[in-house]
Amino acid sequence: MTITTRPDVRTHIAVSGLTKVYPGSRGPVVALRDVSFTVREREFCALIGPSGCGKTTLLQTLVGLIAPTSGSVAVPRPDRGRLRTAMVFQGISTFPWMTVVQNVEYGLRIMGVSPRDRRERAETHVRQVGLWAFRDAYPHQLSEGMRQRVSIARAFATDPEILLMDEPFASLDEQTRLLLQDELLRLWQGSQKTILFVTHSLDEAVRLADRVLVMTAAPGRIKAEVAVTLARPRGYREMRRDAAYGMLTARLWDELELAGDAAGVLR
Amino acid sequence: MTGGGAYRALTILSPVGFLVVWEGLSRAGVLDPRFIPAPSTVVHTLAAMTRTGELPYHVGVSLRRIVLGFVLGAVPAVGAGLAMGLSRPVRALLMPLVSALYPIPKIAVYPLIIFYLGLGEASKISIVALSIFFLVLLNTMAGVLALDPAYFKIARAYGAGNRWLFATVAFPGALPHIFTGLKLGMGFALIVIVGAELLGSDAGIGYLIWRSYQIFDVDAMFAGLLVTAGLGWVATSALDWLELRLLPWRP
Repeated sequence: MTITTRPDVRTHIAVSGLTKVYPGSRGPVVALRDVSFTVREREFCALIGPSGCGKTTLLQTLVGLIAPTSGSVAVPRPDRGRLRTAMVFQGISTFPWMTVVQNVEYGLRIMGVSPRDRRERAETHVRQVGLWAFRDAYPHQLSEGMRQRVSIARAFATDPEILLMDEPFASLDEQTRLLLQDELLRLWQGSQKTILFVTHSLDEAVRLADRVLVMTAAPGRIKAEVAVTLARPRGYREMRRDAAYGMLTARLWDELELAGDAAGVLR
Repeated sequence: MTGGGAYRALTILSPVGFLVVWEGLSRAGVLDPRFIPAPSTVVHTLAAMTRTGELPYHVGVSLRRIVLGFVLGAVPAVGAGLAMGLSRPVRALLMPLVSALYPIPKIAVYPLIIFYLGLGEASKISIVALSIFFLVLLNTMAGVLALDPAYFKIARAYGAGNRWLFATVAFPGALPHIFTGLKLGMGFALIVIVGAELLGSDAGIGYLIWRSYQIFDVDAMFAGLLVTAGLGWVATSALDWLELRLLPWRP
């Protein structure tokens, strides 16, 4: 993976010609083919696509868990005491054997931040996600939504320049999901981080993002990008009544359907 | 009475009932005291042996062997089990050896150990260590393998190297399984240490039972058995307590 200093100030993530091929038992499987896109600094960018299109592979390549077969991924070099990219996972997201605070300070611990500093930073972020009363609780004592808050706090605690989120709200009920979306937006606006947010919910993409990237079914490619011009803050009710919101979702549906249809997925 | 209290009462019922029936049969003359002493006689013997300091001495000797053997066996077993759980090559390399050695009754190896280490403490401690090693190893490995890969992925996404994966994911995650291994191992350790003391020793509970047999002191033989049972109960309770303290995160 080539990691260069930021190509220019405005571009924060630069993916070009990214291809990932997995060796399969019945021949190689192409997960990503020639994916290219950029994300600007402080942009909230959503990524949608049919299931199995390689969204997760893409994020894991960006965070360095997977090496690309070809192509390059460029993210900025981090300052000291910061993480370049932090990832929030879907489903299992916290360590059951650590308390809330211990979970939140996990990234800082690996980074080698001193115990006092990391405790302080962790506690600040535990407060920010409203879990102060539960700081010494273990994940099994929390609801799914609270656990996901813990994992968001852990990511923010490392003060990453880029936040990668892999369907973090997928397993939550609708109400909790809306609540956490609001919290995420608040945290994002307070910190001005660059976020790449994978979701399979068009609604979520439109509500959160500045721009939505649409991927095709496997092998994944970026098929379209749609700018979301709705004004912020995007209250749920007001947004739904907005004609522009309907147009946008319809447009995304079309793109997604075509993307799936190309591979015969959504027929 | 609460549900928990009711269950606790039930768990006391069976041993107490057993003792009451036994005592009754002895007093009624059904059981010949030359072969099977009454529980009250055994308790008397126990008290007398405690007063002379004989019993505490032998219990202390056995306990020391068990504790040292336990540490000597469990620590490397946990290390090896974690390594085998984390690394497929290590597992492939060592698993055949473990599978072959695990089922050997460890007491059968004891003569060989005496031959190498002599009749002293080293052979006793080693046989305890050996008897729990494979149990703890296999349970530790199973514990790591049972962990959801997502935990490792989260750790690596935050830049955790192997050392961190070991210390913050594999070990704490496998700890419940490790305790299962330790508890099973405690039973084995008792069986093996008493057996080893019967065979060649000049101290310990096993020795006490054997010597009592040689002088036809049936009461003392029963006292030795009772102490062994008590020791097993105390050891298991101690592990339960430790587990509760170390694993507060379990639902």
